[in-house]
Parts: sequence; structure tokens; C-alpha cells
Amino acid sequence: MTSAVSFKQVSRHFGSVRAVDAVDLEIAPGEFFAMLGPSGSGKTTCLRLIAGFEQPTAGSISIFGDRAEGVPPYRRNVNTVFQDYALFPHLNVLDNVAYGLMVKGVGKAERLKAAEEALSLVRLPGYGARRPGQLSGGQRQRVALARALVNQPKVLLLDEPLGALDLKLRENMQEELKSLQKVLGITFVFVTHDQGEALSMADRVAVFNDGRIMQVGTPEDIYQRPNTRFVADFVGSSNVLPPDFVQRYSGQRRWGSLRPESIRVSSATSGDGVAARLVGTNYLGATTRLALDADGLRLHAVVPAGTALPAEGEAVMLTFNRDSLHLMDEPA
Amino acid sequence: MTIAAVQSNPTPAILPGSGGLRGALSDLFWRRPKFLLTLMLLPPLLWLGIVYIGSLFALLAQSFFSIDEFSGLINREFTLKTYSDLLQAANLDIILRTVTMAALVTLASAVIAFPIAYYAARYARGRWKALFYLGVMLPLWSSYLVKIYAWKLILAKEGILTWLLAKLNLLWLLDAWLSLPIVGGNSLSVSFTGTFIVFVYVWLPFMILPVQAALERVPGNLVEASSDLGASPGQTFRNVLFPLALPGIVAGSIFTFSLTLGDYIIPQIIGTSRLFIGQAVYSQQGTAGNIPLAAAFTVVPIVIMGFYLWGAKRMGAFDAL
Amino acid sequence: MRSDRGQRAPLGLKIAAACGLLFLHLPILLIFIYAFTTEEKSFVWPPPGLTTQWFAVTWNRPDVWDALSLSVRVAAISTAIALVLGTLCAAAVSQTRFFGRETISLLVILPIALPGIITGIALRSAFALADIPFSFWTIVLGHATFCVVVVYNNAVARFRRTSGSMIEASMDLGADSFQTFRHVVLPNIATALLAGGMLAFALSFDEVIVTTFTAGQQQTVPIWMLEELIRPRQRPVTNVVAMVVVLVTLLPILLAYYLTRDGDQIAGSGK
Repeated sequence: MTSAVSFKQVSRHFGSVRAVDAVDLEIAPGEFFAMLGPSGSGKTTCLRLIAGFEQPTAGSISIFGDRAEGVPPYRRNVNTVFQDYALFPHLNVLDNVAYGLMVKGVGKAERLKAAEEALSLVRLPGYGARRPGQLSGGQRQRVALARALVNQPKVLLLDEPLGALDLKLRENMQEELKSLQKVLGITFVFVTHDQGEALSMADRVAVFNDGRIMQVGTPEDIYQRPNTRFVADFVGSSNVLPPDFVQRYSGQRRWGSLRPESIRVSSATSGDGVAARLVGTNYLGATTRLALDADGLRLHAVVPAGTALPAEGEAVMLTFNRDSLHLMDEPA
Repeated sequence: MTIAAVQSNPTPAILPGSGGLRGALSDLFWRRPKFLLTLMLLPPLLWLGIVYIGSLFALLAQSFFSIDEFSGLINREFTLKTYSDLLQAANLDIILRTVTMAALVTLASAVIAFPIAYYAARYARGRWKALFYLGVMLPLWSSYLVKIYAWKLILAKEGILTWLLAKLNLLWLLDAWLSLPIVGGNSLSVSFTGTFIVFVYVWLPFMILPVQAALERVPGNLVEASSDLGASPGQTFRNVLFPLALPGIVAGSIFTFSLTLGDYIIPQIIGTSRLFIGQAVYSQQGTAGNIPLAAAFTVVPIVIMGFYLWGAKRMGAFDAL
Repeated sequence: MRSDRGQRAPLGLKIAAACGLLFLHLPILLIFIYAFTTEEKSFVWPPPGLTTQWFAVTWNRPDVWDALSLSVRVAAISTAIALVLGTLCAAAVSQTRFFGRETISLLVILPIALPGIITGIALRSAFALADIPFSFWTIVLGHATFCVVVVYNNAVARFRRTSGSMIEASMDLGADSFQTFRHVVLPNIATALLAGGMLAFALSFDEVIVTTFTAGQQQTVPIWMLEELIRPRQRPVTNVVAMVVVLVTLLPILLAYYLTRDGDQIAGSGK
């Protein structure tokens, strides 16, 4: 089966800056794929390479088996939902949505009908006559989505689409995007710096850093089995354990990661476990996050709210299940 | 759009080119953004480069030519003779007179502009703000000659100013002023005072706009903080407002100074027979036919403005433009 | 500068600001009264009587019509050239970062930043060196050069407000370079261009300093007025022409203000 998007040793350099550096990537058709990473990690440049706004300095890109280098964006059956939505302020909502069909020469009646249907799809029926300026942020984003979907793209690119929305709206939109993708079966490629968003929505996640992909896998892979210190730290802020520490518990001299929620904290001062001192507590609602100091090693633990806690500064004993200690590939 | 149609979307991921010259050109623009950039820049750069910069160099070159005093023909050989002619006492007099006038006009414009700009920036809101803006823009853009003409009407011996002063029994004041040396004259319309008033009038909007722009950027609470700390209004002005408005004033003064230096029409219509730089340039190239000397004269405002702009840039005046 | 709503300005400031504005506007209003005076020989105030006869006299003066026709033609052609050059330059400068951007901005602004007499005499001496005789086109050459900056300023301000991703969005949706220009870029900068064009027209229509050097024996309206100011022939006709000129230049300015009032201001430094 041909990949929806395939990168082979793709690089994009801006002068001496390697925005994307020798990236290999396969995205399967119909997949909901997330590109996750801090800003400047190259994830947005990758998206722009797929859309055709950037051209690779080296390597080859194909979309559903067709070579895409040298093909301008308007000849790619790929559409983008922009971070700032980029709605045309001089057109009303309906004409915005119908724009892609208009430039392709679709007749007026037909394209307006299709645009109206696309607006219903994103649950904005009857908003066609308004101007983009009269819409709320969430509505603008739906219009941007409809404007892209009406063209029936082979791949839909979303550049931090939820970044500008407030929390409540963001959660609603996450669910909606997910179900829309399931129904339409279009390949979605989604760029975000929010690991929660990536883990909850995507079928697979690629974690970017410094223009390279650090790890690709299912959300569970990425979360439970990070292969580098960077991934462990960036995705859900795992505790990164140095090789010496890991050797004591697993016998292997490698970097390890331990999820904060895998650590149990008790007030016992002796017995089996890691002796530590509680340095801070952070109330998060459903859980409480504890900052711990184990002989100079800074650790975090997350315990359910309501757990009886020792006072700050007190000595505590940390225990964890050996299985939850994950050994990383990164050499010691 | 039906959902089924999307799922079995048969269209290819990469569409073929539309073909033809248009398609090829469009693809070329995308592939080579620099080519498009060059294509866009070429016409304006050619125009400005050839017509304008070319002319400026032609002018500069002429200032190194000289004029044959007997035949009146231009001798196209490199010489500095024209520049030594420029340094004659009569010409230095003209330069000094013009620079003094430019400085005085700039000062007066700043004084008159400040309250308008301050009011517009700090107190005017909504409709009033728009009105203030138009109130400055309209005189700025109305016809330069008509504005001068209006002052010819006002300053004429039989004009409205004399009439007004007569009604107020203040004619003696005008007569006393006109009898003063240098600034006085037969009537206001043939005196330096007249020239000065018209210069200030015509260039005033160029001072108001940048000062207002500079004051808009001063947070209002700075003024309140100053008076809160016990400063008198005068102290607040001296220590807070004026320093913050200064870049705007300097930016405005670039216009008032430069425009006064180069103008030859205002002193010709309202003023004495003593020349300003602009008039000297005009008469040298026209009646005297001495293009080299005229060219050398134009170098004076260019050099003065060069220094002025250099100083203004150091004071950060360009941010207020 | 922000301040609390409802805060009152000191009386002295109010008076100073009002006097400043009156100083700016009264002289222009005076022109309107003088256009109706019955007095022929002097500028006497108050006018001995009011009449509209000078409008008819002016209407029948062929020299006024000739000057007006030349001015309108020069302004129209110069504006057209300035629109093309200014827009191209603004698009190039604001769409991409490239080496020498600052230099190009400076180059565009220079013809207006240097005193007009320098531009004027430079052009004249260039014409003389190249043996180009004065014509309609020598006037246009000068006018278009300093009109570019007005269009440029307006267009740059609008481009700056226009989201860069809009052009990408258009291409993403299948529009090629030409369709993107026609359907997205042009509609978005249209009002700014119209405003810039209006101001360029007003600037050209009113220009006198450069024109005296590039016109030869031809008379534009400002040159005609200048002649009348130096060697008056029929003062009432000058009064009427002055009033008409004020009205003709005010309209495009008001229109330009109206077109650009939300957001970018018509660039005062453009004049």
C-alpha cells in the first residue's frame, strides 16, 4: 500500500539553520497523524513541505505515490487549515468556503451548494452571508476547516489549529476533529506543541526536536516507552533517571524513564525504596503533583487528590513497580 | 459534498500543470521567488535609478563645470572654480539668511504645533480625534500656491490684517514693528516677518503630525505619575513630556527645515528683494544661465540636510516618522 | 497616549489648540470670500460688494481651461505610472526580506525628502545634457517620480496589515499566481491603491516647484497661478481659480481619508 505522505531523507535548510534535517517519514492513508515538538523543532516546516510552501533542500517527498518536489501548492490535492485561519476578509463566509472550487472553475450554483453542505458538516449552517470579522475564533476555525474540506483533499494539514482557542472550546474541537476524520476517512496531519492534544487525538505521533524526528509511534508507545531523554521529558514530563540510578534497580547501565504517576510516596523513613525529601506540592485538581529530592536527583510524582501527604521538607520513601521503569535506547 | 464521495475520492494527489504560458509562468514564479522579486523591482528601480538618481548625478557633475564669463557658455572641464565662487561674501550671506530663517521657522512651528498635537494625542477621542486629524490633513494637502495667495490677501496693506488692527486701534503696533530694521519693511507682505509667517503657516502641519505620533506613544499615566509625585505642570512638561516628545519634534523639524531651505516661491511672492538659497538657484539657472553655480548652490541644502538627518537619526527621530 | 475618560483638558491648552487650528484654516476660508468680491484692483477688506460675475468671466477664459486640461492630463498619467511603480515596489519590499530593502525605501522617499528645487533643477540639467526638449512628457517624468512615494506608502501600510498566510491559503486552495493576485491580493489592496492614487493625483495637480523646471513654456494650473501672483493680470479671476483649486484638491483627500480610515493613516510624510 502506498503511503499517503512519504519523506525520504528530506532536508530543508535556511542558510546555516537546519530546520528539517534528513527526515524519513511514512504516513499511512486515512491516518490521523500528529507532529509534536517544541517551537523551532521543524514540525511546521515539515507541514509546509507537504503543502508545498517550502521546497526541500535535499531528499524526496511523495504524496500517494506521486513525486511532489517542484510541484506548486495549487497543483497539490492537499489542503491546509492555517494557524491564524487565513480567511479572506474581503469575502463572506460562503465565498470563502467556495474559493477553492471557484478557482477550479466550478459553476456558481454548484460551488455554493457544495460550500453550504461543507458549512453544515462543520455545524455552521446558515452562516454563509457573514463576514469572517463577525465570527468568533471557534467559528472562524470551523470555516477554515470547511474551506479546506470542500475541496475533498487527499491529505488535510492542520497547523496548530486549536492553539488560539480557549480550553473548553479546545476540548470540544478535539473530539469533533477526531470524529470528522473517522467519518471522512481523509488523512489528517496535525502539528501541535501540546503533547496532551497529540496523545489524545492521533493514531500515531512523531516527536520532533532540532529538525529531526526523535521517535514515531502510537501515543501509548511514545508515552510509556520513550526512546530518548528528550521524548521522555517533553511528552508528559517523565522522570529521567541517570544510568547509575537505573543500574541499581534494573542491573543495566542505561538511561531510564519513570512516569510520575508510577511513583508511590509513603511517609515511612525506613524499608525498601528510595529515600527522598518532599520539596513542594502543586495542587492540580484531580491530582496533586509532588516535587521530590532524592539525594540530589529531582523527581516528580503525581498522586490522586485526597491522598494523605507528608508536610513539605519531611523525609519520605518512594517505591515503584520495576516494570514501570522504562529503559531507553539512548546510550549512557 | 457527500461523505461517500470523499471516501472514494478518485482524483490524483498531484494535479497536472494547467499547461500554456500562464501555467508555466505561474510555476516559474513559485519555483524561483527571486525571479518574481526581480521582475517586480525592475520597473521602479529602473525609473528611479535612471530618471532620478541619474539626474542628481548630472546635476552634481555640472557643479564641477564652470561658465565662461565672456561667452556665457558652459566649459565642460573639471574645476573647483564654481565652488570658490559659491564662497563669495554675497553668497555666504544668502546661505546664512536661509539657514537662520529655517531655524526660526522650525522653532515657531514646534511651539505652535505642540498644543495641537498634545490635545489631539491626549484628550481628543473618537469623532473629535478624526476631526483633529482631518483638521491637520486638509491644510497639509491643500494647494501650496493657494495658501501663499491667501496670505498675500491677508498681509496686503489694504487687507484684512490691517483692517482688523485698525478696528482694535492697534495700527501703531504694526507701524512700530514695520519700522524696525531687518524684520520690517513697507508692508508685511514685503518684509521678512511676512516671509516668516507664511513659512510657518505652510509647513506647520508637517510638524504637528510627527509630534502627535510621538505623544501618542507616551503612556498617559506617566503624566499622572509625575503630578502625583508632586511636580508642577511646568515641571511635568520640562521633565516628562518634552523629552518624550523630542524625537517627534526633531522628526517634524526635518521637514520644516528642509522645506524652508529649498523653497524659492514663498520669499519671491511675500518678502524682500534679498535672496534665499532657492531663489539664488532659480535665478542662477534661469536669468543668469549659470547652471554650474546653481548646481553648486543646491549642494548646500543637501549637505546641511545630510548632517541634520545624521543628527536626527542619532536622536531616534526616525521612529516617530 | 491613553488617559482616563472624561478627564478635562486645561483651558489654556484648549485655547492654544483651537487658535492653532484656526490659524491653519482661516486663511483658506478667506479665499472663498474673495472669490465673490466686486473689487478688481486690490485686496481690500472688507469686500465692497459681493458678485458671482467672476465665475462667468473665468469660465470664458481659454488660458484657464488650457492650464486645467494640461494639469488634469499630467496628473492622470503621472498617477497611473506611480500606481504601477509604487505597487510593484511595495509588493516586493513587503512580501520578501532581501538584501537592500532599506536602500529601496530610501530611494523611493528621496524625491520627496530632498527639497523640490533640487529634483527640479536636477531634471532640468539632465534634460539639457541629453538634449531633450520640454514637452508634456518632461512634466510627467518629474511628477511620476515624486508621486511614487505616496502610492508606495499607502500600499506598504496595507500589505503590512494583510496576513501573509492569505496568499499561501489561496495557493493552497488551488489558485495559481495570477488567480491569487486577481482574487486575493488585488481586492485587499484596492482601497489603499485608490487612496494612494487620489493623493498622487492631488500632489501632481498642485505641484509647482519641480514643474517650473520641467514645463518650459507650458502652463499647468499652479504655473498659471504663479504667473498671476508675480505679474497679476485680472485678480478676481485668480481668486476664482484659487477657490476651485482648493475644492478640487480637497475632494480626493477626503475620499482617500474615508477609504483608509480604519487602520492605516494616509501618510502625511508622503507629501
